[in-house]
Amino acid sequence: MADTLAETTHWGNLKTEVAGYVGIDTLQEQIRKKVLKRGFEFNIMVVGRSGLGKSTLINTLFKANVSLRSCSKSEEKVEIPKTTHVKSVSHVIEEKGVRLRLTVTDTPGFGDQINNDNCWLPVLDYINEQYENYLSEEQSVTRKKHIPDTRIHCCLYFISPTGHSLSPLDIEFMRRLDRCVNIVPVIAKADTLTIEERVGFKQRIKQDLANNGIRTYPMKELEEDPEETVTNNKIRELLPFAVVGSNQQYPNNGRTVYGRKTQWGLVEVENRSHCEFSDLRDMLIRTHMQDLVEVTRSVHYENFRQDRLASRRGRTQFNGQVIDMDSMNESSL
Amino acid sequence: MTSNTLSNFPTTNTSGMTSSGKEIFLNKEKRNGTKEKDKEKESSTSSNDVQGYVGFANLPNQVYRKAVKRGFDFTLMVVGESGLGKSTLINSMFLTDIYSNEYPGPSHRVKKTIEVETTKVLLKENGVNLSLTIVDTPGFGDAVDNSNCWQPVINYIESKYQEYLNAESMVHRGTIEDSRIQCCLYFIAPSGHGLKTLDIEFMKRIHDKVNIIPLIAKADTMTSEECALFKRTILNEIAQNKIKIYEFPDCDDEEEKKSHKLMKARVPFAVVGSNTLIEVNGKKVRGRKYPWGIVEVENLEHCDFIALRNMLIRTHMQDLKDVTNNVHYENYRCLKLAGVGADGISSAIPNKNPLSQLEEEKKDHELKMEKMEKEMEQVFEVKVREKMQKLKDSEKDLQCRHEQMIKTLQQQKNEIEEKRKQFEKDKAAFENSNGDTAIHKIHVDSNSKEHLEYKEKKKEKKKGLF
Repeated sequence: MADTLAETTHWGNLKTEVAGYVGIDTLQEQIRKKVLKRGFEFNIMVVGRSGLGKSTLINTLFKANVSLRSCSKSEEKVEIPKTTHVKSVSHVIEEKGVRLRLTVTDTPGFGDQINNDNCWLPVLDYINEQYENYLSEEQSVTRKKHIPDTRIHCCLYFISPTGHSLSPLDIEFMRRLDRCVNIVPVIAKADTLTIEERVGFKQRIKQDLANNGIRTYPMKELEEDPEETVTNNKIRELLPFAVVGSNQQYPNNGRTVYGRKTQWGLVEVENRSHCEFSDLRDMLIRTHMQDLVEVTRSVHYENFRQDRLASRRGRTQFNGQVIDMDSMNESSL
Repeated sequence: MTSNTLSNFPTTNTSGMTSSGKEIFLNKEKRNGTKEKDKEKESSTSSNDVQGYVGFANLPNQVYRKAVKRGFDFTLMVVGESGLGKSTLINSMFLTDIYSNEYPGPSHRVKKTIEVETTKVLLKENGVNLSLTIVDTPGFGDAVDNSNCWQPVINYIESKYQEYLNAESMVHRGTIEDSRIQCCLYFIAPSGHGLKTLDIEFMKRIHDKVNIIPLIAKADTMTSEECALFKRTILNEIAQNKIKIYEFPDCDDEEEKKSHKLMKARVPFAVVGSNTLIEVNGKKVRGRKYPWGIVEVENLEHCDFIALRNMLIRTHMQDLKDVTNNVHYENYRCLKLAGVGADGISSAIPNKNPLSQLEEEKKDHELKMEKMEKEMEQVFEVKVREKMQKLKDSEKDLQCRHEQMIKTLQQQKNEIEEKRKQFEKDKAAFENSNGDTAIHKIHVDSNSKEHLEYKEKKKEKKKGLF
C-alpha cells in the first residue's frame, strides 16, 4: 500500500522512518467506529421490462423482502402502468452490527408499451433530480453535517434472454445513461439458456456494447493500481452476469438452498456452475459496494455538477454581471 | 373384398387407430347411408360375405388415393418477437432442419423493418406428400416503437385472400393454388405476468382473419406452478379482450375424447423447441441440456410440445384448413364483395337502379350547368370591371389634357396681354414725346395719301383686269 502511494502521489518524497510505535494504525479503528455509528447508504436502481424477475433478484440479493412489489400492500396483481414510473422504497438492514440503509428504486412500465420512444426519460430525470437535490444541499449556506445521499449508486439493467443480441431498446437506454450512472448489465432468467447459448449470447452482447461505445461498470479509466485491474478484468470477463433469482428454498443433499424446482432438475441460485448470481452478489455487496459509491460521488456527480455550474455561469455572464459562483447561495439564483 | 379394402385403408386423420377401429369407422359411414341398402350392407360386413355388395364403401379409398396423388399443402405462419425460439420450434415440429446453419432462421439475419418471409418445404412420409409453407415475420415487435407493426402481417394475409378470390372469380380457372394462411402460431414471451399490450393489440386485429393458436415460448423458464398460473392469466385476458382463438373441435370418437380433452386443457401450449439430439438413458431425444438437468422436448411432463404437434398435424390439420376456407375466407369475401373496405367503412355504393341513375345524371347535369353559369357570370363581371376602369382612365386623360390646354391658352393670353400693355405703354410714351397735333395731321394726310394711292392702284388693277 505504501508503494502505490509512492507511485501515484508525491508522498514518496516525504517518507521518513519512525523510531518506535506511534499508534497511527489506530486510525483504522477510529474511522471504523465513526462509520459504524453513522451507517452506510446504498441506492440501487433496477431497470428492465416487466416479467424479467427484477423484484425476485433484489429480494434474493439482500435475502429480504426489499423490492417494491413485496412492499406494496395494494392489490395482488400489480397493473402494468401506461408510462414509465419511478418508485423508491427504503429499508434498513443490519448484519453484525453494520447498518445499511438500502434504497431500491424500481421502474415499472419501462419498455412495456407498444411505442417505447423516450421511455428512458423518466429514469434519466429521476437520476438528475437526485444529483440536483444533492447539489442544492451542498451549496446552501447552512448545510447539514451529513447530507442524505439519495443519488443512485448502481443501476442494474436487465437484458431479456433471447439468446441473440441486445435489443434496440437496450442499446438506446444504455447509451443515454452510461454517462450519468454506473450501469451493470445483467442477463435475466438465465435458466432459459444452456451453457453454450449463454457464452455465445455474452459474446454478442459485449460486441454490441463495444460497437456502441457503452461504458459499463467497472470502468477501465478509473483503475489506480494493478490489483484492481486484475479483479476488474475478471469481472469484465463475466459481464453481463447471467443470473437466476429465487425466494424459495428447497432441500438438496442435506442442505437447503435457494433455487427453482422444475420437472427436470433443481436450479441452484448460489451454485457457481449453474448461474452467476454469486459473482454478481460478491461484486455488488462484498467487494465493490464502496467503490460504486465512490465512483458515483467522484465521477458521475462531479460531471453533473460541472455541467450544471458551467451552464449557469454562462447564463450569468451573458446577463452582463459576473457573479462569483462559490459564494452563491442556491436559493438566490 | 371388404376386408381387403380395410387392410389397404391407412391412417388418414386420427393417429393410433387399430384395425377394429377402422371397421367401426366404415360401419358408421354405412349407417349414415340410405336405409334400403343398410340392411344388406350390415349383413354383408357382419358375415364377411360378398353377396349384395354395391361398392360405394370404396369411396373413401378413392378420395384418399386422389388426395395422395395430388399431395397436401399447408400454410403456417409464425409470429412473435425475435429470440423466442420460433425457428427452433418449426424444426422440432416437422423433425427436419427447415432452418439450418446454411439457411439460418430470420432471427439470425439483420433486419431493419418488418418483413414477411415465406419458406417452402416438401415433406414426404409413408408416400404422402406435404407441401409446407412457413410464413415468418422477422422484426415483429423488436423496434423501440412498435406501433402498427402488425400492419405488414395483416396486409399479407389479406393479399393472400385476394389472390384466392381473384383466382376463384376468373373465367378460366384451373387448379387454384391455395396459399392462404391456415394457421397462425403466436408466440408469447414467458414473463409470468400476463399478455403484453402488443400481444393483445395484435391478436385483436387478427383473430377474425386467421386461426390463432397462442403458444408460450421457451417454457422451460417456468416451473409447473408458474406455468399453470401464467396460462390461467392468459386465458383470462384473452376472454376479457374478447379475442377468438382457434378452438379445437371435439372428436367424435369415444376413445379419443378423453385424450383430446386433456390436450385441449393445455391451451395455451407451453412449448420448448430444440435442434439438438441428446442421449438420455441410451435413447437419443431432442432436448436441452442444462447443468441441472435435461429438458426433453417430447416429454409431456416437461412441456406441451407433443400436445401441440398432435393437435396441429395429426388431428386437426384438415379442420384448420376447413375453418380457414369456410369461415375466415368467406368473411373476407363477403366484406370485399359488399364493397366494404378493410376498416369496415363502406365505399361508394354503386346504385344499379336505372331511374335513380337518370335522376343522378340529371342532378349531375344541373350541377354542371350551375357551375358554368357561375363561371360565366364571373367572367362577365371581370370584363365589365375592366372596361369601366379603362373608361375612367381615358376620362382622366382627357381632363388632364383639357386642363393643360386651358393652361397653355391662358398663358398665351397673358403673354399677349402683357405685350399689348407694353405696346400701349410704348405708344403713350411715344405720343407724349412727339405732341398730339402732328400725329393727327400725319394721320389725316397719311390717310388721304394712302387713300389716293389705293384708288390709283385700284384703277390700275381694274385696267389690268380688262
